Order: sequence, then structure tokens, then C-alpha cells
Amino acid sequence: MTNNSNFRYQVFKKASLARNFEEEVIANVKNKNIKIPVYVSAGQEFIASTIATICEIKKIKPLLFGQHRCHSTYLTFGGDKTKLIDELLEKKTGCTKGMGGSASIHSKKINMYGHDGLMGSNGPIGVGACYATKKPTIIFLGDAAAEEDYVLGALGWASTKNLPLLVIVEDNNYSILTEKKIRRNWEMSDVARAFKMKGFNLDDNPMNIYKYSKYFFKQPCLLNINTNRIYWHAGAGKDSEKTFDRYKSEKKLLGIEANLIDRKTKQLIKKLWQKRLEK
Amino acid sequence: MAKTLREVIKETVHYHLKKKKGFVFGQCLTAVGWVGGTLPHLTEKDGMIDLSMADVANGGIVAGAALSNRRPIYVIRYQGFSWFNAPIILNYACKSKEIWGIPSPIMIRGIAMEGSIGPVAGSSHNSIYYKMPGIKIISPMTPSEYKYAYKYFMKNDDVVYVSEHRGSYDNKDELKDFLPADCDLILFAISITRFEAFKVKKKLEKKGYKIGIANILWIKPFKIKDKWISSLKKSKYGGVVLDDDYSKGVASDIAYRLMKMSGKKIEIMGLKDKSAGFSKETDNLPPNSKEIIKMISKITKRKK
Repeated sequence: MTNNSNFRYQVFKKASLARNFEEEVIANVKNKNIKIPVYVSAGQEFIASTIATICEIKKIKPLLFGQHRCHSTYLTFGGDKTKLIDELLEKKTGCTKGMGGSASIHSKKINMYGHDGLMGSNGPIGVGACYATKKPTIIFLGDAAAEEDYVLGALGWASTKNLPLLVIVEDNNYSILTEKKIRRNWEMSDVARAFKMKGFNLDDNPMNIYKYSKYFFKQPCLLNINTNRIYWHAGAGKDSEKTFDRYKSEKKLLGIEANLIDRKTKQLIKKLWQKRLEK
Repeated sequence: MAKTLREVIKETVHYHLKKKKGFVFGQCLTAVGWVGGTLPHLTEKDGMIDLSMADVANGGIVAGAALSNRRPIYVIRYQGFSWFNAPIILNYACKSKEIWGIPSPIMIRGIAMEGSIGPVAGSSHNSIYYKMPGIKIISPMTPSEYKYAYKYFMKNDDVVYVSEHRGSYDNKDELKDFLPADCDLILFAISITRFEAFKVKKKLEKKGYKIGIANILWIKPFKIKDKWISSLKKSKYGGVVLDDDYSKGVASDIAYRLMKMSGKKIEIMGLKDKSAGFSKETDNLPPNSKEIIKMISKITKRKK
């Protein structure tokens, strides 16, 4: 068992990188330096940050299959920040040479595979890669993408083959602005259990996520993690200021040191953006 | 003794699993018929993997497996099932090399057949794949063409759609182009219609016509031989493209390109623009020799 406090700081450092990066993305959308649609992960970053920290502790380098809202996955697992900035600025030096934009980022260095834009296609693709290689694999989905029929079909097969697969559903309750309760009356954790996988429904508190890490990569496991997005689809708007923000809550809980991390990271990210914008 | 195409496919799959350590994915592979006798009696341990019946997911699973360099062969038992199996292959595997620099090479064995199998399962459906970038389409009907298709797949990083037809599985012969200097008309034949083209040639020869035959092996890229164009230019009546798919797809595009290059009129014959039923009266079959001869007769009269 890891030291609780150390673990929380490690997670917070990663979350701080993701949050400050995304705030800078939004600022650059507003001032029109970024001209392509962006899908920011602000508000949901504690999920990828916690999973990435657990993988570091366990010394596991998994195959990663994300989709849109995946900047935080890329950044927290060690993707090159400069290359992501360049990608969003449509440069050839970007992580996907300007072709992937915000939604289809990838990195060979961290085993992160790009996404084609069909919601949830990373589900079956990740299952296939996991089957072929037998390597620990993580699929990141949103609560809407998880509803795709081909995601469900792939999960059933992954369970049948008992693959070392971790499926993370970042459940922010919305598909654009349509709430989950309008779309369905079931939970993904129940579906996973029906498929004889390990399936859990939890919030994005890092310590809660950590509790389930004993199941990671030993058998197919799905975590439906309830979270809140700060910005709407493609950064088109913002939810209420009253929406619970895990980042603010953890910063408050961890105190001065977290404030320092946040401040330093903000400066670092700002400088990095400025440098790339000047190029 | 010469081998049938069925035997050659079976040997190719065996070689792929045992010597190349590849995968073969599909539904009901190990069922009674072993997909028309083209699969060796091997198991998951050998790399022959029965998937669930979730068609759309299965295409994605194969695309993901292809990222591992184990070069999966994906068996689609009826080409019409591509409507469900193709989306993730076309949108991910076919684009992966271009967008992310990571190839996802798959050899898709799409198998056609027809006659009393209803509105979806029958015929070839190359046109589903044709318009999308990053895919190659080849339709081998002979043993050596099949060996060539497999070699191409193994030497390159592409997704290759191998458009097969059960009607060719017993074939042992190679089908060569027949392009005499003074053709009346040339048949550009795809898939199972290639066999009909030879029947037409034989029947019309007796009536004094010289019918040329151009065998279309590569559908995408459509490889046009210089000899086809020079023969077309010299022909009296132009040509007809014969297809086992709906005529408003690959066949139309090929006809357009041949017309552009030769300046000659090219007609098309494929499936009719209607849904196929199960009864003989309501079926939708590719053009047979009788129908092709009727079309040629119309063309020759029109020219007179």
C-alpha cells in the first residue's frame, strides 16, 4: 500500500499539468491562436492522473486507447507537451503531424494509439490489440461512447478471453448536453458485471480509484468513474460555476504545497505555449 | 495434378498460421464446413480465432490485432456482411498508416456467392470499400492469382480486400486475357463474371464474332493494361464491364475510366437496382452468358 499523502501529491502534480495545460488551451481558443475544434479534459483530469500514477507505481507501461477529451491521458502518461501544443497549432511538428488535431492524438513513446473519430471505436480496437499482444491495455471512453453497440460487443469478447484489460468510463453524465438519464436507465458497471467482468461505479477521488487497482490487468475490469467536465463539447461553453471541481477540492485539501505545484506548473505551461506560439 | 483454388486457399491459410505465426479471425470458422473447405482444421492455439457474433465490434478487434504485426486474415463469410464488418476497418485500419504512421495490415477474405440467399448475403460488395482511402481491392479467381494476392499482402502494409467467390473454388485453370488484333467488342470482367465472359466468347465465335476478354484482377488500384486500351481503340463496338456487384459502383467507375482513355463506348452489367429475394423469380444474380449475349446483340445493332 502506498503512502496516502505521497500518492495524492503525485496524482495532484499530474492533474495540475493537465488542468493548467487545458486552461491555456481555452485561453488560446479565445484569442484565436487555436483555430481547430478542441475537446478539453479539464474537470476530468483526476481520472487519467490517478490511473497513470498507479501504473507508475506498479511499473506497468500499458497500451493506451483514448478518444476525444484525452489530452489528460496523453499528458499524465508522459506524452510530449510541446508536440501536443504544436498539434493544436496545426504544425507538422505536432504529435500527429497536424493531422490528428485535438481528438486523434497519439504517441509511440507512451504506447498511446490515435483515435479515428468514430465514438467508441477505440473499445474494440483496444480489445484486439490486447488480445494479440496480451499486454496490459487501457481503454478510455466517455459515458456516451460506452453506449455504442460495438463497445458492448467487444467487452463481452474481452471477458470471454479473460484479457488483461482495464476499461475506464469517464462518466461526466453528458453527451453534448443530453443527460445520461434521458439516454438510458442502466450503468456500465452493471453491464460489465453481466459480462462477468469486474465492474465498479465510483467517483474520481484518487483514493477511491486506488482501492480498485488490485484488480488492474489481472482480469478484465471496468471502472465507471463519475466526474464533471468544466467545458462543453469542443469548448463551446461551460457548465455552472457551482459544478463540483475535483481540482479545487484536492488543492484545498493538500494545502500550501499543492498551491505551489499549481503556481509553478501554470508558469511552466504558459512559457511553453508562448515559446511555441513565437516559433 | 493441378490444385483447385479451394485447396490453394486452404494451404495459404495453413502456411500463414504455421509458418508466419499470423492470425485468422472470423465467425463460425470451425463450424461444419470450415468456410467452404478453405480453412485447415486448426484451433485458437494455432491462431485461428472464432469471434463472437458482434460483427461491428469484430472488425474493430481485428483492426486492433493488426497493430501487433501478426497480420490477421479476416474471414467475412458473406460479402454483404461487410455492411457491419467494414466501418472500423475502413475508418481506422485503412487510415492508421497515413495519420499515425502505424500500419494495421489486414487481409480481408470477403466471400461471395449467390442464388436464393436473400437481400443481404449474396454477391460481391466491393463498392462498399472502393471509395475509401487506404485500401487495396483484388479479386482472384485462379490458384496463381490467389498466391499473388497473398504475397502482395505479406510484402506490404496495406489493408487488402480479397474479393472471393465460392463459384470459383473448384477452378484449377488460369484465366488469361484474350485480345486479338481485330476484336468486335471486349468484355472487362470482374469476379465470377469472368467465367461467363469465356462462355460468351465461345458461343459468339460460332456466330463469327471476335469477343475479347480482359480479366480484372486489381479493382483498387484499377490497373489498366496498355494492351486493353490499344485493343479497345481498335475494336468495332467498344466494351462491356461485367460485375457481380451493383452496377452503380465499381463497374460504373471502371467504365468511365476506360471510356476516357480509349474514347470508345463502354456499357456496364452488374446486379440490377433492386433487392434480392429468396425465390428464383425474385433473385438478383450477376449477368449470365445469355444476358451478356443479349446486350452485345443490342450494341451491335445500335452501331449498325
